[in-house]
Amino acid sequence: MSQKILLTSREVNIILHRLACQLIENHLDFKDTILIGLQPRGRFLAERIKQVLEQEYNVKDVSLGFLDITFFRDDFRRSEKPLEANKTQIDFLVENKKVVFIDDVLYTGRSIRSALTAIQSFGRPSVIELLVLIDRRFSRHLPIQPDYRGRQVDAINNEKVKVTWKENDGEDSVYLI
Amino acid sequence: MKELSVNHLLGIKYITKNDIDLIFETADQFKEVINRPIKKVPSLRDITIANIFFENSTRTKLSFELAQKRLSADVISFSAAQSSVKKGETLIDTVNNILSMKVDMVVMRHERPGAAHFLSKNVSASIINAGDGAHEHPTQALLDSYTIRERLGDVGGKKVVIVGDILHSRVALSNIFALQMQGAEVKVCGPKTLMPKYIESLGVTVEPNLRKALEWCDVANMLRVQNERLDVNYFPSTREYAQQYGVDKALLDSLDKEIIVMHPGPINRGVEITSDVADSQQSVILEQVENGVAVRMAVTYLLASKIK
Repeated sequence: MSQKILLTSREVNIILHRLACQLIENHLDFKDTILIGLQPRGRFLAERIKQVLEQEYNVKDVSLGFLDITFFRDDFRRSEKPLEANKTQIDFLVENKKVVFIDDVLYTGRSIRSALTAIQSFGRPSVIELLVLIDRRFSRHLPIQPDYRGRQVDAINNEKVKVTWKENDGEDSVYLI
Repeated sequence: MKELSVNHLLGIKYITKNDIDLIFETADQFKEVINRPIKKVPSLRDITIANIFFENSTRTKLSFELAQKRLSADVISFSAAQSSVKKGETLIDTVNNILSMKVDMVVMRHERPGAAHFLSKNVSASIINAGDGAHEHPTQALLDSYTIRERLGDVGGKKVVIVGDILHSRVALSNIFALQMQGAEVKVCGPKTLMPKYIESLGVTVEPNLRKALEWCDVANMLRVQNERLDVNYFPSTREYAQQYGVDKALLDSLDKEIIVMHPGPINRGVEITSDVADSQQSVILEQVENGVAVRMAVTYLLASKIK
Protein backbone atom coordinates (compact mmCIF):
# COMPACT_ATOMS: atom_id res chain seq x y z
CA MET A 1 0.00 0.00 0.00
CA SER A 2 1.44 3.36 -0.99
CA GLN A 3 1.55 6.09 1.57
CA LYS A 4 2.45 9.72 1.31
CA ILE A 5 3.68 11.74 4.23
CA LEU A 6 1.53 14.79 4.88
CA LEU A 7 3.21 16.10 8.01
CA THR A 8 6.57 15.24 9.52
CA SER A 9 7.36 15.22 13.20
CA ARG A 10 8.81 18.73 12.97
CA GLU A 11 5.73 20.05 11.19
CA VAL A 12 3.42 18.42 13.74
CA ASN A 13 5.38 20.14 16.47
CA ILE A 14 5.12 23.56 14.82
CA ILE A 15 1.38 23.07 14.35
CA LEU A 16 0.92 22.05 18.00
CA HIS A 17 2.55 25.30 19.08
CA ARG A 18 0.41 27.35 16.71
CA LEU A 19 -2.80 25.65 17.91
CA ALA A 20 -1.78 26.25 21.52
CA CYS A 21 -1.18 29.95 20.79
CA GLN A 22 -4.54 30.26 19.05
CA LEU A 23 -6.23 28.70 22.09
CA ILE A 24 -4.44 31.15 24.41
CA GLU A 25 -5.59 34.04 22.23
CA ASN A 26 -9.22 33.06 22.82
CA HIS A 27 -9.06 31.58 26.32
CA LEU A 28 -6.22 33.52 28.04
CA ASP A 29 -5.86 31.90 31.48
CA PHE A 30 -8.15 28.90 30.77
CA LYS A 31 -10.05 29.57 34.00
CA ASP A 32 -13.44 28.52 32.59
CA THR A 33 -12.14 26.37 29.78
CA ILE A 34 -12.17 22.61 29.56
CA LEU A 35 -10.33 20.61 26.92
CA ILE A 36 -12.09 17.39 25.94
CA GLY A 37 -10.20 14.78 23.91
CA LEU A 38 -12.51 12.56 21.90
CA GLN A 39 -11.75 8.87 22.39
CA PRO A 40 -9.90 7.00 21.16
CA ARG A 41 -7.59 9.00 18.85
CA GLY A 42 -8.27 12.54 20.03
CA ARG A 43 -6.84 11.67 23.41
CA PHE A 44 -3.21 11.89 22.31
CA LEU A 45 -3.65 15.29 20.64
CA ALA A 46 -5.49 16.63 23.70
CA GLU A 47 -2.77 15.45 26.07
CA ARG A 48 -0.11 16.99 23.81
CA ILE A 49 -1.90 20.35 23.60
CA LYS A 50 -2.21 20.44 27.39
CA GLN A 51 1.48 19.63 27.71
CA VAL A 52 2.50 22.43 25.31
CA LEU A 53 0.21 24.92 27.05
CA GLU A 54 1.59 24.11 30.49
CA GLN A 55 5.26 23.60 29.69
CA GLU A 56 5.91 26.07 26.89
CA TYR A 57 3.42 28.82 27.62
CA ASN A 58 3.15 28.55 31.38
CA VAL A 59 -0.62 28.16 31.50
CA LYS A 60 -1.50 26.66 34.88
CA ASP A 61 -3.95 23.83 35.60
CA VAL A 62 -5.55 23.18 32.24
CA SER A 63 -8.64 20.96 32.79
CA LEU A 64 -8.61 17.95 30.53
CA GLY A 65 -11.19 15.20 30.10
CA PHE A 66 -11.80 12.38 27.68
CA LEU A 67 -15.16 11.65 26.12
CA ASP A 68 -16.17 8.37 24.52
CA ILE A 69 -18.96 8.75 21.98
CA THR A 70 -19.59 5.08 21.16
CA PHE A 71 -23.03 4.91 22.78
CA PHE A 72 -24.07 8.13 21.04
CA ARG A 73 -23.07 7.18 17.50
CA ASP A 74 -25.67 7.11 14.76
CA ASP A 75 -24.36 3.94 13.07
CA PHE A 76 -25.14 1.41 15.84
CA ARG A 77 -26.21 -1.83 14.07
CA ARG A 78 -25.54 -0.14 10.70
CA SER A 79 -21.81 -0.46 10.78
CA GLU A 80 -20.15 -3.65 9.55
CA LYS A 81 -17.82 -3.71 12.54
CA PRO A 82 -19.11 -3.88 16.12
CA LEU A 83 -18.58 -0.61 17.95
CA GLU A 84 -16.11 -0.86 20.78
CA ALA A 85 -16.44 1.45 23.75
CA ASN A 86 -13.60 3.37 25.39
CA LYS A 87 -13.23 5.03 28.73
CA THR A 88 -14.90 8.34 29.44
CA GLN A 89 -13.14 10.37 32.06
CA ILE A 90 -14.74 13.68 32.89
CA ASP A 91 -14.39 14.39 36.58
CA PHE A 92 -16.07 17.78 36.52
CA LEU A 93 -19.32 19.37 35.42
CA VAL A 94 -19.17 21.33 32.17
CA GLU A 95 -22.08 23.58 33.18
CA ASN A 96 -21.38 27.13 31.94
CA LYS A 97 -17.83 26.24 30.93
CA LYS A 98 -16.13 26.83 27.60
CA VAL A 99 -15.54 23.38 26.12
CA VAL A 100 -13.01 22.67 23.39
CA PHE A 101 -13.44 19.33 21.63
CA ILE A 102 -10.15 17.93 20.38
CA ASP A 103 -9.87 15.25 17.71
CA ASP A 104 -7.16 14.18 15.31
CA VAL A 105 -9.09 14.07 12.01
CA LEU A 106 -12.35 15.79 11.07
CA TYR A 107 -13.96 13.81 8.26
CA THR A 108 -17.75 13.37 7.96
CA GLY A 109 -18.50 15.33 11.12
CA ARG A 110 -20.62 12.49 12.54
CA SER A 111 -18.31 11.86 15.50
CA ILE A 112 -18.56 15.53 16.43
CA ARG A 113 -22.35 15.37 16.14
CA SER A 114 -22.29 12.42 18.57
CA ALA A 115 -19.94 14.26 20.91
CA LEU A 116 -22.25 17.30 20.94
CA THR A 117 -25.02 15.01 22.22
CA ALA A 118 -22.79 13.05 24.58
CA ILE A 119 -21.40 16.12 26.35
CA GLN A 120 -24.92 17.14 27.39
CA SER A 121 -24.85 14.32 29.95
CA PHE A 122 -22.32 16.38 31.88
CA GLY A 123 -24.16 19.71 31.86
CA ARG A 124 -24.76 22.64 29.54
CA PRO A 125 -21.56 24.30 28.39
CA SER A 126 -21.64 28.03 27.64
CA VAL A 127 -19.85 27.44 24.36
CA ILE A 128 -18.35 24.51 22.48
CA GLU A 129 -15.43 24.86 20.07
CA LEU A 130 -13.67 22.30 17.89
CA LEU A 131 -9.95 21.82 17.41
CA VAL A 132 -8.62 19.28 14.90
CA LEU A 133 -5.18 18.42 13.60
CA ILE A 134 -6.39 17.43 10.14
CA ASP A 135 -9.48 18.84 8.45
CA ARG A 136 -10.53 16.72 5.47
CA ARG A 137 -12.29 19.27 3.33
CA PHE A 138 -15.18 18.40 0.97
CA SER A 139 -16.14 15.23 2.85
CA ARG A 140 -18.61 16.52 5.41
CA HIS A 141 -22.02 14.87 5.88
CA LEU A 142 -23.10 17.49 8.39
CA PRO A 143 -22.72 21.28 8.72
CA ILE A 144 -19.81 21.13 11.17
CA GLN A 145 -16.56 23.13 10.83
CA PRO A 146 -13.53 23.41 13.11
CA ASP A 147 -12.62 26.57 15.02
CA TYR A 148 -8.93 25.64 15.08
CA ARG A 149 -7.35 23.49 12.41
CA GLY A 150 -3.85 22.16 12.02
CA ARG A 151 -3.83 21.42 8.31
CA GLN A 152 -6.52 21.27 5.68
CA VAL A 153 -6.32 18.22 3.43
CA ASP A 154 -8.14 17.40 0.21
CA ALA A 155 -8.39 13.64 0.14
CA ILE A 156 -10.72 11.47 -1.89
CA ASN A 157 -13.07 9.07 -0.15
CA ASN A 158 -11.08 5.88 -0.50
CA GLU A 159 -7.93 7.53 0.82
CA LYS A 160 -7.26 7.36 4.50
CA VAL A 161 -5.55 9.90 6.72
CA LYS A 162 -3.49 8.26 9.43
CA VAL A 163 -2.16 10.21 12.40
CA THR A 164 0.55 8.58 14.50
CA TRP A 165 1.82 9.73 17.91
CA LYS A 166 5.20 9.18 19.49
CA GLU A 167 3.76 7.78 22.74
CA ASN A 168 1.55 5.29 20.91
CA ASP A 169 3.05 4.55 17.49
CA GLY A 170 6.70 5.60 17.87
CA GLU A 171 6.65 8.85 15.87
CA ASP A 172 4.65 12.01 15.34
CA SER A 173 3.46 12.12 11.74
CA VAL A 174 0.51 12.24 9.42
CA TYR A 175 0.22 9.96 6.39
CA LEU A 176 -2.16 9.77 3.46
CA ILE A 177 -2.75 6.14 2.61
CA MET B 1 -13.15 -5.64 16.99
CA LYS B 2 -14.93 -7.86 19.43
CA GLU B 3 -18.46 -9.22 19.61
CA LEU B 4 -20.33 -11.91 21.51
CA SER B 5 -20.15 -15.47 20.18
CA VAL B 6 -23.90 -15.96 20.71
CA ASN B 7 -27.12 -14.28 19.55
CA HIS B 8 -29.04 -15.11 22.74
CA LEU B 9 -28.04 -15.23 26.40
CA LEU B 10 -29.63 -18.50 27.48
CA GLY B 11 -27.13 -19.55 30.10
CA ILE B 12 -23.51 -19.22 31.15
CA LYS B 13 -22.88 -22.70 29.81
CA TYR B 14 -23.43 -21.49 26.23
CA ILE B 15 -20.98 -18.58 26.33
CA THR B 16 -17.18 -18.36 26.53
CA LYS B 17 -14.60 -16.73 28.77
CA ASN B 18 -14.02 -14.15 26.01
CA ASP B 19 -17.73 -13.30 26.07
CA ILE B 20 -17.58 -12.76 29.83
CA ASP B 21 -14.52 -10.51 29.47
CA LEU B 22 -16.23 -8.48 26.75
CA ILE B 23 -19.39 -8.12 28.86
CA PHE B 24 -17.33 -6.90 31.83
CA GLU B 25 -15.29 -4.43 29.77
CA THR B 26 -18.51 -3.02 28.32
CA ALA B 27 -20.14 -2.96 31.78
CA ASP B 28 -17.21 -0.85 33.04
CA GLN B 29 -18.16 1.84 30.52
CA PHE B 30 -21.85 1.61 31.43
CA LYS B 31 -21.06 1.86 35.12
CA GLU B 32 -19.44 5.21 34.35
CA VAL B 33 -22.54 6.20 32.32
CA ILE B 34 -24.98 5.43 35.17
CA ASN B 35 -22.96 7.61 37.52
CA ARG B 36 -23.23 10.67 35.25
CA PRO B 37 -25.61 13.52 36.01
CA ILE B 38 -27.63 12.34 32.99
CA LYS B 39 -27.58 8.55 33.04
CA LYS B 40 -28.90 7.75 29.62
CA VAL B 41 -27.41 6.97 26.21
CA PRO B 42 -29.30 6.82 22.92
CA SER B 43 -27.78 3.59 21.51
CA LEU B 44 -30.89 1.40 21.44
CA ARG B 45 -33.45 4.00 20.44
CA ASP B 46 -34.68 1.85 17.53
CA ILE B 47 -34.91 -1.39 19.54
CA THR B 48 -38.03 -2.67 21.28
CA ILE B 49 -37.72 -5.11 24.14
CA ALA B 50 -40.42 -7.22 25.79
CA ASN B 51 -39.93 -8.33 29.39
CA ILE B 52 -42.04 -11.42 29.93
CA PHE B 53 -42.13 -12.67 33.50
CA PHE B 54 -44.06 -15.87 34.07
CA GLU B 55 -42.70 -15.96 37.59
CA ASN B 56 -42.58 -13.27 40.25
CA SER B 57 -39.64 -10.94 40.28
CA THR B 58 -38.98 -7.50 41.66
CA ARG B 59 -35.26 -6.90 41.52
CA THR B 60 -34.43 -8.61 38.23
CA LYS B 61 -37.38 -7.10 36.43
CA LEU B 62 -36.66 -3.58 37.70
CA SER B 63 -32.98 -3.98 36.93
CA PHE B 64 -33.64 -5.13 33.34
CA GLU B 65 -36.20 -2.38 32.78
CA LEU B 66 -33.89 0.28 34.10
CA ALA B 67 -30.99 -1.04 32.01
CA GLN B 68 -33.15 -1.00 28.88
CA LYS B 69 -34.43 2.50 29.58
CA ARG B 70 -30.93 3.81 30.24
CA LEU B 71 -30.07 2.54 26.74
CA SER B 72 -33.15 4.34 25.32
CA ALA B 73 -34.89 1.14 24.17
CA ASP B 74 -38.68 1.00 24.04
CA VAL B 75 -39.85 -1.39 26.72
CA ILE B 76 -43.01 -3.38 27.25
CA SER B 77 -43.34 -5.52 30.35
CA PHE B 78 -45.87 -8.04 31.42
CA SER B 79 -46.39 -10.53 34.17
CA ALA B 80 -48.11 -13.84 33.67
CA ALA B 81 -50.59 -13.12 36.43
CA GLN B 82 -52.31 -10.48 34.29
CA SER B 83 -51.96 -12.22 30.93
CA SER B 84 -53.73 -14.56 28.56
CA VAL B 85 -51.44 -17.34 29.73
CA LYS B 86 -54.03 -17.87 32.41
CA LYS B 87 -56.56 -18.39 29.62
CA GLY B 88 -54.56 -21.30 28.24
CA GLU B 89 -52.37 -19.71 25.57
CA THR B 90 -49.16 -21.61 24.76
CA LEU B 91 -45.71 -20.07 25.30
CA ILE B 92 -44.90 -19.82 21.57
CA ASP B 93 -48.29 -18.25 20.80
CA THR B 94 -47.89 -15.70 23.57
CA VAL B 95 -44.43 -14.72 22.42
CA ASN B 96 -45.27 -14.72 18.71
CA ASN B 97 -48.19 -12.42 19.41
CA ILE B 98 -45.82 -10.05 21.14
CA LEU B 99 -43.28 -10.35 18.34
CA SER B 100 -45.86 -9.50 15.70
CA MET B 101 -45.94 -6.08 17.34
CA LYS B 102 -42.35 -5.76 16.04
CA VAL B 103 -40.36 -6.58 19.13
CA ASP B 104 -36.62 -7.21 18.67
CA MET B 105 -35.63 -8.76 21.96
CA VAL B 106 -37.32 -10.80 24.67
CA VAL B 107 -36.24 -11.04 28.31
CA MET B 108 -38.02 -14.00 29.84
CA ARG B 109 -38.35 -15.62 33.23
CA HIS B 110 -40.21 -18.91 33.35
CA GLU B 111 -40.71 -21.62 35.95
CA ARG B 112 -39.71 -24.40 33.52
CA PRO B 113 -36.02 -25.20 32.96
CA GLY B 114 -35.15 -24.83 29.28
CA ALA B 115 -38.00 -22.44 28.48
CA ALA B 116 -35.64 -19.77 27.15
CA HIS B 117 -33.75 -22.32 25.07
CA PHE B 118 -37.01 -23.64 23.63
CA LEU B 119 -38.10 -20.12 22.76
CA SER B 120 -34.83 -19.28 21.03
CA LYS B 121 -35.36 -22.25 18.71
CA ASN B 122 -38.90 -21.26 17.83
CA VAL B 123 -39.10 -17.49 17.56
CA SER B 124 -37.01 -14.96 15.69
CA ALA B 125 -36.18 -12.46 18.46
CA SER B 126 -33.00 -12.32 20.50
CA ILE B 127 -33.68 -13.99 23.87
CA ILE B 128 -32.23 -13.19 27.29
CA ASN B 129 -32.90 -15.76 29.99
CA ALA B 130 -33.85 -14.00 33.22
CA GLY B 131 -34.20 -17.31 35.06
CA ASP B 132 -35.65 -20.64 33.93
CA GLY B 133 -36.76 -22.80 36.84
CA ALA B 134 -33.84 -24.36 38.68
CA HIS B 135 -31.66 -24.21 35.55
CA GLU B 136 -29.83 -20.92 34.91
CA HIS B 137 -29.92 -17.23 35.74
CA PRO B 138 -27.00 -15.97 33.68
CA THR B 139 -27.19 -12.23 34.33
CA GLN B 140 -27.18 -12.85 38.10
CA ALA B 141 -24.01 -14.94 37.82
CA LEU B 142 -22.41 -12.27 35.62
CA LEU B 143 -23.16 -9.49 38.06
CA ASP B 144 -21.90 -11.64 40.95
CA SER B 145 -18.59 -12.25 39.17
CA TYR B 146 -18.42 -8.60 38.14
CA THR B 147 -18.81 -7.58 41.78
CA ILE B 148 -16.07 -10.01 42.87
CA ARG B 149 -13.80 -8.64 40.14
CA GLU B 150 -14.50 -5.10 41.30
CA ARG B 151 -13.80 -5.86 44.98
CA LEU B 152 -10.92 -8.32 44.63
CA GLY B 153 -9.40 -7.30 41.29
CA ASP B 154 -9.88 -10.64 39.57
CA VAL B 155 -12.11 -13.70 39.74
CA GLY B 156 -9.37 -16.13 38.66
CA GLY B 157 -7.73 -17.94 41.57
CA LYS B 158 -10.35 -16.85 44.10
CA LYS B 159 -12.14 -19.29 46.39
CA VAL B 160 -15.89 -18.98 46.44
CA VAL B 161 -18.35 -20.88 48.57
CA ILE B 162 -22.03 -20.99 47.66
CA VAL B 163 -24.15 -21.59 50.73
CA GLY B 164 -27.73 -22.79 51.02
CA ASP B 165 -30.34 -24.33 48.77
CA ILE B 166 -28.22 -25.57 45.89
CA LEU B 167 -30.91 -28.01 44.73
CA HIS B 168 -33.48 -25.41 43.68
CA SER B 169 -31.07 -22.65 42.79
CA ARG B 170 -30.50 -21.41 39.26
CA VAL B 171 -28.21 -18.77 40.76
CA ALA B 172 -25.96 -21.54 42.11
CA LEU B 173 -25.72 -23.37 38.79
CA SER B 174 -24.99 -20.27 36.71
CA ASN B 175 -22.48 -19.11 39.31
CA ILE B 176 -20.66 -22.43 39.29
CA PHE B 177 -20.31 -22.29 35.48
CA ALA B 178 -19.25 -18.63 35.47
CA LEU B 179 -16.76 -18.89 38.33
CA GLN B 180 -15.10 -22.02 37.00
CA MET B 181 -14.85 -20.53 33.51
CA GLN B 182 -12.92 -17.61 35.00
CA GLY B 183 -10.60 -19.85 36.98
CA ALA B 184 -12.11 -19.62 40.45
CA GLU B 185 -12.39 -22.56 42.83
CA VAL B 186 -15.91 -23.36 44.02
CA LYS B 187 -17.28 -25.17 47.05
CA VAL B 188 -20.91 -25.63 47.96
CA CYS B 189 -22.26 -25.80 51.48
CA GLY B 190 -25.75 -26.58 52.73
CA PRO B 191 -28.06 -29.22 54.19
CA LYS B 192 -27.65 -32.59 52.53
CA THR B 193 -31.31 -32.57 51.57
CA LEU B 194 -30.77 -29.42 49.49
CA MET B 195 -27.66 -30.72 47.76
CA PRO B 196 -28.10 -32.26 44.28
CA LYS B 197 -26.93 -35.88 44.19
CA TYR B 198 -24.36 -35.47 41.42
CA ILE B 199 -23.21 -31.94 42.22
CA GLU B 200 -19.58 -33.07 42.42
CA SER B 201 -19.67 -34.04 38.75
CA LEU B 202 -19.62 -30.28 38.05
CA GLY B 203 -16.16 -30.09 39.58
CA VAL B 204 -17.19 -28.53 42.87
CA THR B 205 -16.61 -29.98 46.33
CA VAL B 206 -19.22 -30.23 49.04
CA GLU B 207 -18.34 -28.86 52.47
CA PRO B 208 -21.13 -29.60 54.94
CA ASN B 209 -19.59 -27.50 57.72
CA LEU B 210 -20.23 -23.77 57.32
CA ARG B 211 -17.35 -22.63 59.55
CA LYS B 212 -14.83 -24.72 57.61
CA ALA B 213 -16.23 -23.41 54.34
CA LEU B 214 -15.92 -19.81 55.49
CA GLU B 215 -12.39 -20.35 56.76
CA TRP B 216 -11.45 -21.62 53.31
CA CYS B 217 -13.08 -19.02 51.09
CA ASP B 218 -12.51 -15.44 49.90
CA VAL B 219 -16.14 -14.94 48.99
CA ALA B 220 -19.33 -16.40 50.47
CA ASN B 221 -22.41 -16.26 48.30
CA MET B 222 -25.39 -16.81 50.58
CA LEU B 223 -28.41 -18.11 48.68
CA ARG B 224 -31.93 -17.36 49.71
CA VAL B 225 -34.02 -20.08 51.29
CA GLN B 226 -36.65 -20.39 48.58
CA ASN B 227 -39.67 -21.14 50.71
CA GLU B 228 -41.91 -21.08 47.63
CA ARG B 229 -40.02 -23.99 46.08
CA LEU B 230 -39.75 -26.12 49.20
CA ASP B 231 -42.66 -28.47 48.55
CA VAL B 232 -41.67 -30.87 51.32
CA ASN B 233 -39.70 -30.28 54.51
CA TYR B 234 -36.03 -30.25 53.55
CA PHE B 235 -34.91 -29.11 56.99
CA PRO B 236 -36.63 -29.32 60.38
CA SER B 237 -37.17 -25.60 60.95
CA THR B 238 -36.05 -22.18 59.76
CA ARG B 239 -34.51 -21.68 63.20
CA GLU B 240 -32.38 -24.78 62.83
CA TYR B 241 -31.35 -23.76 59.31
CA ALA B 242 -30.27 -20.35 60.59
CA GLN B 243 -28.23 -21.98 63.36
CA GLN B 244 -26.46 -24.38 61.01
CA TYR B 245 -26.12 -22.34 57.80
CA GLY B 246 -26.79 -18.73 58.78
CA VAL B 247 -23.92 -16.24 59.03
CA ASP B 248 -23.85 -13.74 61.87
CA LYS B 249 -21.33 -11.06 62.75
CA ALA B 250 -19.74 -13.09 65.52
CA LEU B 251 -18.97 -15.90 63.08
CA LEU B 252 -17.54 -13.47 60.51
CA ASP B 253 -15.40 -11.72 63.12
CA SER B 254 -14.03 -15.03 64.42
CA LEU B 255 -12.48 -15.85 61.03
CA ASP B 256 -8.82 -15.01 60.67
CA LYS B 257 -9.37 -13.14 57.38
CA GLU B 258 -11.89 -10.71 55.97
CA ILE B 259 -14.14 -12.41 53.44
CA ILE B 260 -16.79 -10.70 51.36
CA VAL B 261 -20.45 -11.68 51.69
CA MET B 262 -22.83 -11.73 48.75
CA HIS B 263 -26.54 -12.38 48.51
CA PRO B 264 -28.68 -12.41 45.35
CA GLY B 265 -31.67 -11.04 47.31
CA PRO B 266 -34.27 -10.80 48.58
CA ILE B 267 -32.70 -11.43 51.98
CA ASN B 268 -34.52 -13.30 54.71
CA ARG B 269 -32.88 -11.29 57.46
CA GLY B 270 -31.94 -13.51 60.34
CA VAL B 271 -32.06 -16.69 58.24
CA GLU B 272 -29.21 -16.75 55.67
CA ILE B 273 -27.49 -13.73 57.17
CA THR B 274 -28.25 -11.51 60.12
CA SER B 275 -28.95 -7.80 59.75
CA ASP B 276 -25.58 -6.72 61.09
CA VAL B 277 -23.85 -8.87 58.43
CA ALA B 278 -26.09 -7.57 55.65
CA ASP B 279 -25.30 -3.98 56.61
CA SER B 280 -21.59 -4.52 57.34
CA GLN B 281 -18.55 -3.37 55.34
CA GLN B 282 -17.97 -6.93 54.21
CA SER B 283 -21.35 -7.18 52.53
CA VAL B 284 -21.48 -6.24 48.83
CA ILE B 285 -25.21 -6.78 48.43
CA LEU B 286 -26.06 -3.24 47.35
CA GLU B 287 -23.04 -3.14 45.02
CA GLN B 288 -24.44 -6.28 43.41
CA VAL B 289 -27.69 -4.43 42.73
CA GLU B 290 -25.90 -1.41 41.24
CA ASN B 291 -23.65 -3.60 39.13
CA GLY B 292 -26.72 -5.55 38.00
CA VAL B 293 -27.89 -2.55 35.97
CA ALA B 294 -24.46 -2.00 34.37
CA VAL B 295 -24.04 -5.70 33.50
CA ARG B 296 -27.57 -5.95 32.07
CA MET B 297 -26.94 -2.82 30.00
CA ALA B 298 -23.78 -4.45 28.64
CA VAL B 299 -25.53 -7.73 27.79
CA THR B 300 -28.47 -5.94 26.17
CA TYR B 301 -26.20 -3.60 24.21
CA LEU B 302 -23.94 -6.37 22.95
CA LEU B 303 -26.84 -8.63 21.92
CA ALA B 304 -28.69 -5.73 20.29
CA SER B 305 -25.63 -4.93 18.20
CA LYS B 306 -26.00 -8.37 16.61
CA ILE B 307 -29.63 -7.81 15.54
CA LYS B 308 -29.51 -7.01 11.83
